[in-house]
Amino acid sequence: MPVLSHRRSHRFAVFAALTALALFSLLLALGAGSVPVAPAELWAALRGEAAGVGGPVVLELRLPRALSAFVTGGLLALAGCLTQVLLRNPLADPYILGISGGAATAALLGIAAGLGGAWLSGCAFAGALLSMFLVFGLARGRGGWTSTGLLLTGVVVAAGWGALISLLLAIGPEQSLRGMLFWLMGDLGQARGWGFGAALLLAGLAAALALARSLNLLARGEVQASVLGVAVTPLRLALFFLASLLTAAAVTIAGSVGFVGLVVPHLLRLIVGGDHRLLLPAAALGGGSFLVLADTLARTVIAPQQLPVGVLSALIGVPLFLFLLRRHGSGA
Amino acid sequence: MSLLSLHGLSVTVGARQVCRDLDLRLEAGQSWGLLGANGTGKTTLLHTLAGLRPPSAGEIRLNGVPLHALPRRQLARQLGLLPQDSVDPMPATVLETALIGRHPHLGLWQWESPADLALARTALAAVELADAETRPVGTLSGGERRRLALATLLTQAPRIHLLDEPTNHLDLRHQVGLLTLLRERVRDQGGLLVMSLHDLNLAARFCDHLLLLFGDGEVLAGPAAQVLAPAHLQRLYGHPIAVVESEGRRAFVPA
Repeated sequence: MPVLSHRRSHRFAVFAALTALALFSLLLALGAGSVPVAPAELWAALRGEAAGVGGPVVLELRLPRALSAFVTGGLLALAGCLTQVLLRNPLADPYILGISGGAATAALLGIAAGLGGAWLSGCAFAGALLSMFLVFGLARGRGGWTSTGLLLTGVVVAAGWGALISLLLAIGPEQSLRGMLFWLMGDLGQARGWGFGAALLLAGLAAALALARSLNLLARGEVQASVLGVAVTPLRLALFFLASLLTAAAVTIAGSVGFVGLVVPHLLRLIVGGDHRLLLPAAALGGGSFLVLADTLARTVIAPQQLPVGVLSALIGVPLFLFLLRRHGSGA
Repeated sequence: MSLLSLHGLSVTVGARQVCRDLDLRLEAGQSWGLLGANGTGKTTLLHTLAGLRPPSAGEIRLNGVPLHALPRRQLARQLGLLPQDSVDPMPATVLETALIGRHPHLGLWQWESPADLALARTALAAVELADAETRPVGTLSGGERRRLALATLLTQAPRIHLLDEPTNHLDLRHQVGLLTLLRERVRDQGGLLVMSLHDLNLAARFCDHLLLLFGDGEVLAGPAAQVLAPAHLQRLYGHPIAVVESEGRRAFVPA
């Protein structure tokens, strides 16, 4: 069985490379910054045995931030994969269904009311869930639970949130504007709750992997999936709620970080192929690494000034995506 | 017991009645042709037989068990459908696409075994796509895609094969070759073939039974030799059809 073994070795190589990339990005994130910590000292710093400021900087500042970035990126890329199958569109983004809009509106209200920290996260998560149920209810009310119906409902609800966000920015108190903008662009400077996000990422990945083969079928159309034994409507519902929850967790941690959920699944689909049993874990690892690297750049490129990570992820993501789109456009 | 049986089946799509109160038994080993003008509901009837949409009245039984009582996965191990069009918006290779036919036979966490892979390879060889295993589906021609869809169905290995215009995009040699393969397969394995066709000559050659949909809820079902009479065909298509005898075979020509 040469091809099967080839496939197996290919699989192994892909995951070895992605794991190496993840470790490299995390080490880079821990070491780089205004207080550089050499790789040799990192281990000591992580065990709390480092001398000087390096130890606390690594352990208390950079480690939570790097892990937040990794978890957020993984959540978004995984949600992106699921959304793309749900909407049967390889160019769909996890934000397209209005989840991030709901989270942003609630978070901005929170910022305007002077809330911070865990309260703000709570607002964002509640807003995301509200938007999820709103889209679900409205799409269901349209009769068919179809990709097009869902997409239209989501896009319109997202536009509604967009208007509310503009309104809040227009009438919000002057001193909260900067915080609001950073939240909207996606920022890991205030990131919190990565432990909760990591648990959700692992649980979401496990649930998605159980559905992975069915996703391969759904990507080929409703009829094909049904005749091969997939219960399409329950699967769509599961996908919608799973993708929404993952997106909600991501925006709760870091605000609306753009482009990870769009570019990473697309890029990895070109590398590992369309089999979701490989694509989903690859997206979690690749998305995580991508955002850690973007955030490391965001806080070092014009240090000591820190940029919102969403700016960097979009600045990297947009040209990358356009490049992929041009190549894809000729191939399929 | 009939492999597939229709009991008082009524199917409607929009305002159109496809069939009304139809009782029909389809036995193991038979090949049925589904004939009708455009828009008479051939696809709708096939989808109803596949359990993809509920009939407006009556029921369909598979080995005596009502279709709606069977879980989808269990149904998919016994019944397969070749859709009229296949859509592949996501990138995949030819072998991967054939292998999805194994889905209903695999457990939740199970990967395809070497036996599954061998089945897919045999199917690809049967449709003459053995050399195309690693090609992206996006690079295939219309006819090659059609053959790949057939290979997926062969890999699924159901007893009941429902085919929606299987010869679309196929050249003459592949039309005859693949329909021969399918007919022999259902004969040898006690399966069932139900296919919608537009080519009367293929229907006469490959089907032992025919079901004519007249588009007003009226149908005519029976052995091909009886059903294929010029009067029935003229009513079916609203166009006169001449029958030409040549080398012991009947050919149908629009007059």
